[in-house]
Amino acid sequence: MIRTTAWRRHPLARYAVLILALALVGMVYAAFVQAGKPADAALAAGKVDDVAEGKSLFVQHCSSCHGMNAEGTSTAPTLVGVGAAAVDFQMSTGRMPAGAPGPQAPRKPLPEWVDETKIRQISAYVQSLGGGPQVPAAEQVDPKLGDAGKGGELFRANCIQCHNWAGAGGALTQGKYAPNLNSATPTQIYEAMVTGPQAMPVFNDTTITPEEKRSMIAYITQVREQKDPGGFGLGRIGPVTEGLVAWIVGLSALALAAIWITAKKRQKS
Amino acid sequence: MTDNEHEIEQPDERVPKRVIGTPPPGTSMLGTVEAPRAEEEVPGVTLQDEAKARKAEKIVALCFVITFLAAIAFIISYVVFQVGSPEATGASNLALGSSLTVAILSLAIGIVIWVRQIMPKYSLVQERHLMVSDEEDRGVVGRTFVEGANESGFVKRKLLRRTLLLGAAPLGLIPLVLLRDLDNTKMPGSQFNKLLRHTVWGEKTKEGKPLRLVVEGTGQPIRAADFNSPGGILSVVPEGYEHDLNALAKATLILIKFRPEELKSGVRQNWTHDGIVAYSKICTHVGCPAALYEQNTHHILCPCHQSTFDAADGAKVIFGPAARPLPQLPITVDAEGYLVAQGDFEVPVGPSYWERGDAEAEARAKGGQA
Repeated sequence: MIRTTAWRRHPLARYAVLILALALVGMVYAAFVQAGKPADAALAAGKVDDVAEGKSLFVQHCSSCHGMNAEGTSTAPTLVGVGAAAVDFQMSTGRMPAGAPGPQAPRKPLPEWVDETKIRQISAYVQSLGGGPQVPAAEQVDPKLGDAGKGGELFRANCIQCHNWAGAGGALTQGKYAPNLNSATPTQIYEAMVTGPQAMPVFNDTTITPEEKRSMIAYITQVREQKDPGGFGLGRIGPVTEGLVAWIVGLSALALAAIWITAKKRQKS
Repeated sequence: MTDNEHEIEQPDERVPKRVIGTPPPGTSMLGTVEAPRAEEEVPGVTLQDEAKARKAEKIVALCFVITFLAAIAFIISYVVFQVGSPEATGASNLALGSSLTVAILSLAIGIVIWVRQIMPKYSLVQERHLMVSDEEDRGVVGRTFVEGANESGFVKRKLLRRTLLLGAAPLGLIPLVLLRDLDNTKMPGSQFNKLLRHTVWGEKTKEGKPLRLVVEGTGQPIRAADFNSPGGILSVVPEGYEHDLNALAKATLILIKFRPEELKSGVRQNWTHDGIVAYSKICTHVGCPAALYEQNTHHILCPCHQSTFDAADGAKVIFGPAARPLPQLPITVDAEGYLVAQGDFEVPVGPSYWERGDAEAEARAKGGQA
């Protein structure tokens, strides 16, 4: 008991407690982030009764922001002409329905009422309004059919400036960000390219062909499965995290060591 | 070396008489262990408490044993973990790195504890003295100098003195001549100013046609009618120079498709085609590739220093350290509907350089609006 008390009063004890608390918070956060992977939703094109069902769902859940006829309001853009692919992307990633206004709608777990059928029905309704990109067929986004080498070249030319070479994402202006691609399904990646959700530009099929898109998907899925030789990936966002770790962990450790080495013993009198 | 091995058990009670590094006369380099004089107080020297020192000794010994074990572990893992596949290399790196870290770290910790807990503590005071030499020394130097000057004949023999000065004068001029030639813009054959000023977009194909814009990565020429989704962006390189890195370092473009109503006055309308605008990808701050494009705000962001350009308004700077907009490349379509360059950039691309001057003002004087 006396020993414990002595340890508690040790000059380094508060640093130790602080580090312990930080580690605890980090672990709890990581546990929460891991929870809730969104369901994959590869959908076929809509049918006529899907359109009617989709319209009633749309009026119920979407019209308060996007307008009764998807014509758009001051808070949300029109959905005429965005296509089924845009609806499927936004809803299957949980970005829509949006939780709260903000610079960017984040990926989040799907609300309870959303499932594959409901997404297909709303997609069919929006598709019926003014056409637009369709949800791709499964074979169109199959990473196994793509050429990861060629895809990597295209990915590096067009995507890595925002999404990072390993698809880890990065910051943009005014609170916006390019999300990481680790939890995106091949279908969602394809849909994002053809529809350009939120701040992301459009890469249409006439300039980057569907085959080239499939190769890029092959690259993305292959890279995120790679192991990190030689230790920790640090989120794979490159020199930023490495620098942060070096500064915060490395330099604090050096500073603490320097303090310890040069500290004068307290005079006991 | 000495016959004192039996006394080495109590080296801690030894009180040095003099400053560290200067053993008292008559002692060997390892230090004769003197008779225990723990009671004697030497000013400025605080002895460690023997009980604590013994405890610290055990900790230090433990540290050194850990070093021994970790160093052995390093050697073993070097033999055991063979590299080859990425996984095996990773395991090898992890084992070698961690064992060596533990070995050196515990060695260092042991030494520091040794110094702090076992060696006696010193409070040293060092007096400062005047740095000037005394009168006598300075007098000697002055007299020697004058004596030497007289004996050498430098004052008396005029011919020697004058020819020496004559010979030294051009030697002194040599640095001036060399420094003058640092200005290599005047040197014949110096092309770098011209090289920085122009990109390959000003050149023509073998058939004398303007260069087509091709997609970076696929090399496909771009039909204007195909690049028809507003909010689209492409990374573009000049036809025929897809893999010429020296040319691409200056000539790489970003091609952005706008709705016609989105374009503002900063964009040169006659340099666009159907809402398609081409900007240099090279940031005007220090030359990073600026291509983080947000289609809803039309911001182009440079990842290096967060310079932000408004693509809808001639890529003018709206935030960050860049001083000038990204230069716009004049584009049009050829007879087959493919996008081509009308010519070179009107102003140099990329960061500033000394000879650049105010290229925008020169362009305005020639009738442009850059």
